[in-house]
This record gives sequence, C-alpha cells and structure tokens, in this order.
Amino acid sequence: MKSRLPLFIFIFFCLLTLSGIVLGEPGEVFQKAVAICLSCIGIG
Amino acid sequence: MERFRQLIQLLSAFVANCRLLITPSNPIYKGPLKHVCFPGLNCYSCPATPWACPLGALQSAFASLKANLAAGKINLGLYVIGSLGVVASLVGRMPCGWFCPFGLFQDILFRIRLPKLELWRPLTWGRYLSLIFLVIILPIFLTDKFGYGQTWFCKYLCPAGTLEAGIPLLIMSPELRSAIGTLFYGKFALMGLFIFWSMVTIRPFCRTLCPLGLILGMFNKVSWLRLRFHQNTCVDCHACELICPTGVFFATGRDDINSTKCIRCFRCYALCPGGAVTIEFSSIMKGELENIEGCDCNQKQG
Repeated sequence: MKSRLPLFIFIFFCLLTLSGIVLGEPGEVFQKAVAICLSCIGIG
Repeated sequence: MERFRQLIQLLSAFVANCRLLITPSNPIYKGPLKHVCFPGLNCYSCPATPWACPLGALQSAFASLKANLAAGKINLGLYVIGSLGVVASLVGRMPCGWFCPFGLFQDILFRIRLPKLELWRPLTWGRYLSLIFLVIILPIFLTDKFGYGQTWFCKYLCPAGTLEAGIPLLIMSPELRSAIGTLFYGKFALMGLFIFWSMVTIRPFCRTLCPLGLILGMFNKVSWLRLRFHQNTCVDCHACELICPTGVFFATGRDDINSTKCIRCFRCYALCPGGAVTIEFSSIMKGELENIEGCDCNQKQG
C-alpha cells in the first residue's frame, strides 16, 4: 500500500487538474495573467 | 551533478523568461501559454515571461472565491493546486533547486565573496505563516464589499514580483511611475533586504518565506522521487551538513532527509564519501509486480 502512495497522490492531483480544466479555471488563470498585476508592482 | 544542475537552472530561467520581443506598447505576453503555470516563483507580470505564476494564480482564485460563489461561478483553484500537485507528487521540491529563476538569482548572489552567516532556524517557520495567512486566509476572508480579496503575498511581500515585473514595467511605462507610492518603496526596500541577505546567507527567501517552496516541499516525503539516508554507511564526516543549501541536518537526526526544506539539489548525494545518500524512485513498479505476480522482486530477479 505504502509503495503505491505516490501513484495515488499523482492520480488524485491529475484528477484535480482535470476538474479545474473542466470548470474552466485555466481561462481564469489566463485572464489574470494577461493583465499587468499592479499589486505585484506595489501599486494599488 | 552540481554543474549539470546549474546548467538546468540557467536553461529553466531562460524557458521561464523566453519572450525576447518586448515593446513598451505590448509590455506583457498575452498568448496561450499564460494558461499554464511555471513551477517556480516567476511573476506573470514580468515582461519576459510567457507563463503564469502558480502563487499569483492561486491567490487570485482565493481572492475572488467569495465573489465568484456569490455569482454562481466556481473557481476553487483546483487547476493550479492540481498542476502543482502533479509536479510535486513526482519530484517533490525539486523545481526549487532546478527550475526556479528566483532560486537561481539567490544562488548567484551567494557566490559574491562576503562573510557568510547561518540562518537562524526558527525563521523557517515563516514559510508556514506566509502560506497560511498571505496566500490562503487573508485573500479568502478579508474581502471588500463586493467579495473580492487581495493577493496579499504578491502585494506586500513577493520580492520576485518587484524584481521581475515592478522594476522593468516602471522602466518601460512612464505613466506607471507617477502611481508609485509608499507600498512600492516598502516592497523595493524588502527586495533590497533579500538581495543583500542572499549575498551572506544561502537562499534566505526560499528558506524563510516562500509559500511555493513549502507547498512543493510538503510532498517530499511522499513523492515518487525521494532521497534515502543509510545510517550504517555514514562516515560521520558531516560534509552533507556543510554543503546543504537549505540546512537539512539529517546525518545527526535533526531533520528528515526528505524534510520540507530539502530542495533536491542532490549535493549531499554527489558529495557523500560513504555513499550514505541515495536517490530512490518509489517502488511503484516493484509493489505492482509483487501484487500482480504474487512473488517478491528479489526472488524474481534471482
């Protein structure tokens, strides 16, 4: 069981990633990432 | 091994910042690669990067969680958490040692010949405070009347943002210069502090405040790739403690070799004269063979 733990964790996070993709989260990441983040610069 | 790692660090820094055609009219990349998070601290407002920053994306998801839920939209940050988890479940915190551009920047600064200082170990707990409060709790719960929070880590702390995005964008965009104030000067001073600190202490930001390193490091014990310390072949030279960039003291039993602090640079593995440190890949295959074929692998090999 212990030897399979990394595999289970890997599959779990793959599923989490896929869930995010299905929910359209990469689009949200894109929207934030293509605008200048004024906070990151220390403005706003 | 160390030369190879440095080469990979340089290549990764280039891959992370490979946008060469930067113009003031088009200061940041807006193409499809911005859907993908680079597994290192690399501000997505940096004019040279075509990737998104996982920490920035995660905080943005958390900061708009309340407002999104109120509007019936779901963005729980699953994509960012999942993609970080996929990388970390394979190699743990290895991206910090091999791919992170800000890690490379600190490594270079540490090469400057100045008297060196050890890090006061309790400061490493700052990573937990930074992750729990600045990345998770404050962005989710401290919101305005519309339900939007702030990206606290980016706004108040991240020196990579100031260095990679703030300074280049202020140079390129004169209109932004009139908007800078106390916050920018404070962040600039903090960046200066970390730059100086990196000259005298190795990787101070990674060891004291980086939430991304902590997230990846939490997988060190359960990742596919792991380090293993063999006490019986240790010659007690303590060379591993002297060369470890993040102060993982496993030979004396003070830390686990797969501690959250380990950035998987493999210096200890390369240097150990007794061969007491080995790199191991999880025995997924071995375990599966045992289960599938009903015999252990040693017997099978014999």
